[in-house]
Order: sequence, then C-alpha cells, then structure tokens
Amino acid sequence: MTDTIVAVLVEHRNHEIAQPTFEALTLARSIGRPVAVWMGQEPPADAVAALGEFGAQEVRVLAIGERARHPKTASAALAAAAGDAALVLVVSTFLTKEIATHLAIATDAGVVVDAAGADMVDGRVEVRQTVFGATWNVRTRINADRAIVAVLPNTTKATPADTAAVAEVVDVVAALPDVRESIDAVVPVAREEGVPLSEAAVVVAGGRGTNGDYTLVRELADVLSGAVGASRDATDEGWISHEHMVGQTGVTVTPALYVACGISGAVHHRGGMQASGTIVAVNIDPDAPIFEIADFGVVGDLNDVLPQAIDALRAHRQG
Amino acid sequence: MRIVVTVKFVPDLQSQRSFTDGTVTRTADDGTMNELDENAVEAALQLKESLPEGEAEVYAITVGGPDAVAAVRKALQLGVDHAVHVCDEAIAGSDVFGTARVLAAAVRQIEKDGPVGLVITGMAALDGLTSMLPTALAAQLDIAQLTLASTLAVADGVATIERHLPDAHETVTAKLPALVSVTDEANKPRYPNFKLIMAARSKPVTTLSLADIGVDRAQVGAMASRTTVIEASPQPPRENRLKVTDTGDGGTHLAQFLIERGLA
Ligand SMILES: Cc1cc2nc3c(=O)[nH]c(=O)nc-3n(C[C@H](O)[C@H](O)[C@H](O)COP(=O)(O)OP(=O)(O)OC[C@H]3O[C@@H](n4cnc5c(N)ncnc54)[C@H](O)[C@@H]3O)c2cc1C
Ligand SMILES: Cc1cc2nc3c(=O)[nH]c(=O)nc-3n(C[C@H](O)[C@H](O)[C@H](O)COP(=O)(O)OP(=O)(O)OC[C@H]3O[C@@H](n4cnc5c(N)ncnc54)[C@H](O)[C@@H]3O)c2cc1C
Repeated sequence: MTDTIVAVLVEHRNHEIAQPTFEALTLARSIGRPVAVWMGQEPPADAVAALGEFGAQEVRVLAIGERARHPKTASAALAAAAGDAALVLVVSTFLTKEIATHLAIATDAGVVVDAAGADMVDGRVEVRQTVFGATWNVRTRINADRAIVAVLPNTTKATPADTAAVAEVVDVVAALPDVRESIDAVVPVAREEGVPLSEAAVVVAGGRGTNGDYTLVRELADVLSGAVGASRDATDEGWISHEHMVGQTGVTVTPALYVACGISGAVHHRGGMQASGTIVAVNIDPDAPIFEIADFGVVGDLNDVLPQAIDALRAHRQG
Repeated sequence: MRIVVTVKFVPDLQSQRSFTDGTVTRTADDGTMNELDENAVEAALQLKESLPEGEAEVYAITVGGPDAVAAVRKALQLGVDHAVHVCDEAIAGSDVFGTARVLAAAVRQIEKDGPVGLVITGMAALDGLTSMLPTALAAQLDIAQLTLASTLAVADGVATIERHLPDAHETVTAKLPALVSVTDEANKPRYPNFKLIMAARSKPVTTLSLADIGVDRAQVGAMASRTTVIEASPQPPRENRLKVTDTGDGGTHLAQFLIERGLA
C-alpha cells in the first residue's frame, strides 16, 4: 500500500505555503507516498524544505506562471505531474474544484470535494464528508482507479514526518491546452494580517447584531488569535468585505472554535460553519436558531458580554 | 439567441428547518428549485430583456425524477419561454459527470432548432453543493467556461464576467457560445407575479427520456457513477450544551467556558 503515490497540489500565495497543504501532506502520508506538485513560479528553497519536512519526497514543479489561473490549464499541468498518482489531493477551494473537475474528465477519475478525511480500503479510496449543512455524515467510495479528493482545511492535524525527507525538485514540462477564456484583469485582494479565514483554528464572526461595529468582534478574535468572519447580512450592508462571509455561498469553515456574535443562525449560514469543533453563540434573542447548535450560548447583548469576556481572556493570557 | 438555464430540484432547506423546529412534518420529496438557480434564471431574463423583442428565447432544463418538474415550472413562473424536463429511471444515482452528460445532450437537442449562445447555471446546488457541474457541463459541450460570475455583460458576441476569488478579483472574457455560472451577488431574483403564474399554467413542459436525447443508459446512473455513498448517518446532536442568560456575568462565563475547554 505504501507504494501508492499520492500527489498533493500545493496551495501557495507569494511563495508562502498555506497551512492546509501541510494538513493534506499529513493525510497523504497515512495513505501512501506523498509527492508535492507546485504550480506557478519556481518554489524558493525554504518552501521545498518545508514540504520535505512534512514528508514530500519530491516537489514536482510546473513553472507555468499566471497560466495556472486557468482551471483547464492547471488541470493539464497537474495531469502531467501526477500521472503516476492513484490519488490526487487538493485543498478545497472554488478554483481547485474546477481544476479537479477538468482533471477527472481527462483521466476518468472520481471526485469528492469538501472532504473531512480519506483512507484506502481494499484498494479503493474512501472519503469522509459531512453534508446537508453538516447534519449528516457520509462515507463515499471512489470506484474509479484514479481518485481526486478536495479536503477542507482544519480536518487533519498537520504533523511533520518522523523522518523528514529531503525533497527532490523535479521540473515537469506539460503540454498546455488552448483555452477559450481570457483573463483580462487580476486585481489582488489585499491580504489581512493573521491567518486566512478558511484556515483559522478560531473564527469569531459578527452579524447584523453588531450593527456595523466590528471593534469587539475583532478584539475577541485578536485575543483568541483567530480570524474574523461575518454573515451575509453584514457583508451585504458593506460593514465588512465579502471575503469574510461564512456560509453556503461564502467560505466553509471548520475551526476548532467558532464564536457567532449577533448572528441568528440561518440555514445558509449554518451550512458553512456547523462542522466546527466547538460552537459558541452570543445573541440577545433566546430563541435564535444559532442556539440549537451552540455548545455554549449566552443570551445577552454582545455589547455587554464581549467586553467582559475579552477582559477575562486577556487576564487569563497574562496570568 | 437561445439562452439555456439549468435548474435543479433540491430538498427545501427551510422545510428541513421547520421540521426541526417541530412544525409541519413534511415528506422527503418536499422540494423546490435550487435557490441559487433563481439567480441563473434572473440573469437569463435580464439578458433577454436587454435585447430587442423577439431576439432571445430562454429555455430552462432540469434533470431529475418525476417531482423535478416543479423546478422548471418555477422557472416558467419567473418568465422563461420554454421548459425541458429530462426524466428517466436510468439517470438515478448519477454523479456530476453523468448529470453533465445528460444536460449536455439536452442542450444539443435544443440546438437542433437553432444555436444556443449561452448556458447559465447557478454557482452551486444547495444539496450536492459540489460546484463542479458548471465546469463539467462546459467541458462536455466543449464551450468556454465563465464561472462564479458576480457580474455578466454580453456584447458583440463576447461575454464578460467578474469573478471574485479569495485571493483576487478577475475579469474574464470569452466568445460565445459560453457557459456562465452566476453567484448570488450577480442580481436580485424577481418574484413570480400573478400574471406570470397564470401564464405559466398554459405553457407546456417538454419531457425527454435518455433515448430521446441519444444518451446511452450505461453511461449514466448509479452504475456508471465514479463515486458511491456507502454509509450515511445523521450527525448526532451536540451533547451537554449549555445556555446561560447574561445577568451581568455572561462574558465571564463565556471566558471560563473557553478556558476550561482549553480553547483560550
Ligand atoms: C441563496 C441564499 C444564500 C445565502 N448564503 C448565505 C451565506 O453563505 N452566509 C450567510 O451568512 N447568509 C447567507 N444567506 C442569508 C441568510 O439566509 C440570512 O439572511 C443571514 O445569514 C442573516 O444574517 P444575520 O444572522 O447577521 O442577520 P439576522 O438574521 O438579522 O440576525 C441578527 C441576529 O442578531 C441578534 N442581535 C441583534 N442585536 C444584538 C445584540 N446587541 N447583541 C446580540 N445579538 C443581537 C438578533 O437577535 C438576531 O438573531 C443566504 C441567503 C440566500 C437566499
Ligand atoms: C449530498 C450529495 C453529495 C454528492 N457528492 C458527490 C460527489 O462527491 N461527487 C460526484 O461526482 N457527485 C456527487 N453528488 C451527485 C451530484 O450532486 C449530482 O450529480 C448533481 O446533479 C450535480 O452536482 P451538484 O448537485 O453538486 O451541482 P453543483 O455543481 O453544485 O450545481 C451547480 C449548478 O448546476 C446545475 N445543476 C446541477 N444539477 C442539476 C440537475 N440535475 N438538473 C439541472 N441543473 C443542475 C444548477 O444550475 C446548479 O446551480 C452528490 C449528491 C448529493 C446530494
């Protein structure tokens, strides 16, 4: 079984590897022999070293630059780099789902996205997922000889390999297809300080109940070293940018701790956070649906509850 | 120009919630048109309305069991011109690729009467939620894919979209024919009015079988699916849930809870 090659598509931004890549490498090690696939510009040496530390024996590099933004192109490149892999792991994002779809069509692979884990049973990849807004757990078998699994961040704990590999850099040349789409403008979204929302171990989210003032939500996120999330009502109001929206049409998050402040818990919102480890809610309305899924709920005004909690947590940190 | 909109029949999200709230117990087949497909229908109708009268026709297609006709009926009520329901026992259990194959064949069937310029889909179906279908359908049809559009403009045979990815906002263009998937930011769906609801009653729905659209039964359905759900169980309810009412020390309780759980 350990001969199974598991290719992991590296997520990186400005040469910095995103944490879920290390989680995917950790998962890959439990199934077979991990190789990392790097697309874009050449990886820096420290990135290669870090991939090796998490068990990648090779880093297969496709120096295709910005062309990697085209899902079909990225898929062709990934196919060239992962031809020997029985399983390809990607980090679940809108873009990687499109890459996975093209790759599946090109290679007859089966795909499961938004996975919480995977293992190999009798030579077939089996995938764990929560569906229907995290109200059901399912196990899906991929029947095809080749499998592609898109894993959600925070579902595997990233741990370095017992014996770090010195990853060998292998340049891969891929024949890239013509594409019909032209990407005429790319405006980067400024990256906020701290951990990205989808990867954060702690998310503190504010909704309409904040009335547009995110100061307390940000302070609580800060003291818990977490990221800031929001409901759609809050992003629609323009109180906070769209990138912060958690939910079925926004970001799906699975942090160890999710704190919902002034969020009613609409089914669309729950679908994007219900699989979180521990859920805490602060809401003035005792009947708010968010309390149905909260491990700990405080019925109260967030303007009273949050400052006191922040002070107590700061005191705990210092003492 | 012909514009095809794909609409999926999905279990009603709100009905699940009212079930848990202890209200009306509904049957499992209580469903509706996928909410996000309302944005797809709206995009198609807006485009049609921006063109001179008679220049564009909008078709809605759904693939699903007998109940799924409700999805295209809803689209008719919103104002689409034609409704197509592909229904065949052999489709049951299809994966994304099987579904895309069937939808592509249905689009080609419509093309027999004249070219299709645009296929518009929702960004995700709120049950399967894979967001893979639009890419798979564009690949099957071998046309350009403009996915996750938060804006859409069509001029001189070219479609232009804006796409908001977490790391960047892209502007992407392609010549028609193209497939566009729209997000819920793209527009605000209209409500069906009385006049449209009445008019929709007399509009026919074309029902097609796999044989009608020339799809081999062996290539779709559960047998051809590359993925099989082998276990499914409801998520157990969260245990030992606590709820306190703030009487001046709610914040302290919250902090204590986090500290005791090792989360702070
Ligand atoms: C197709 C579709 C897709 C959608 N996708 C998403 C999605 O991905 N994500 C998402 O979030 N939404 C989504 N929505 C919207 C969703 O249905 C809800 O409308 C939204 O989540 C509500 O946001 P909210 O909880 O902030 O606001 P509300 O529902 O208005 O709730 C505000 C809450 O704040 C409480 N409150 C008020 N004042 C205070 C106070 N001082 N202290 C404490 N509590 C207070 C209130 O009691 C209330 O419970 C979608 C909707 C549709 C139709
Ligand atoms: C809980 C669940 C999990 C699943 N997991 C997988 C999986 O891991 N891999 C897999 O290959 N398949 C999976 N399927 C099957 C898959 O959902 C169906 O094949 C489905 O028809 C297409 O995928 P989607 O619902 O995810 O659509 P999405 O790609 O999320 O939908 C995007 C848009 O495509 C259009 N569309 C989708 N389906 C139809 C339809 N039947 N008729 C008309 N328009 C449609 C709609 O416009 C929709 O807005 C799953 C289904 C369910 C219910």
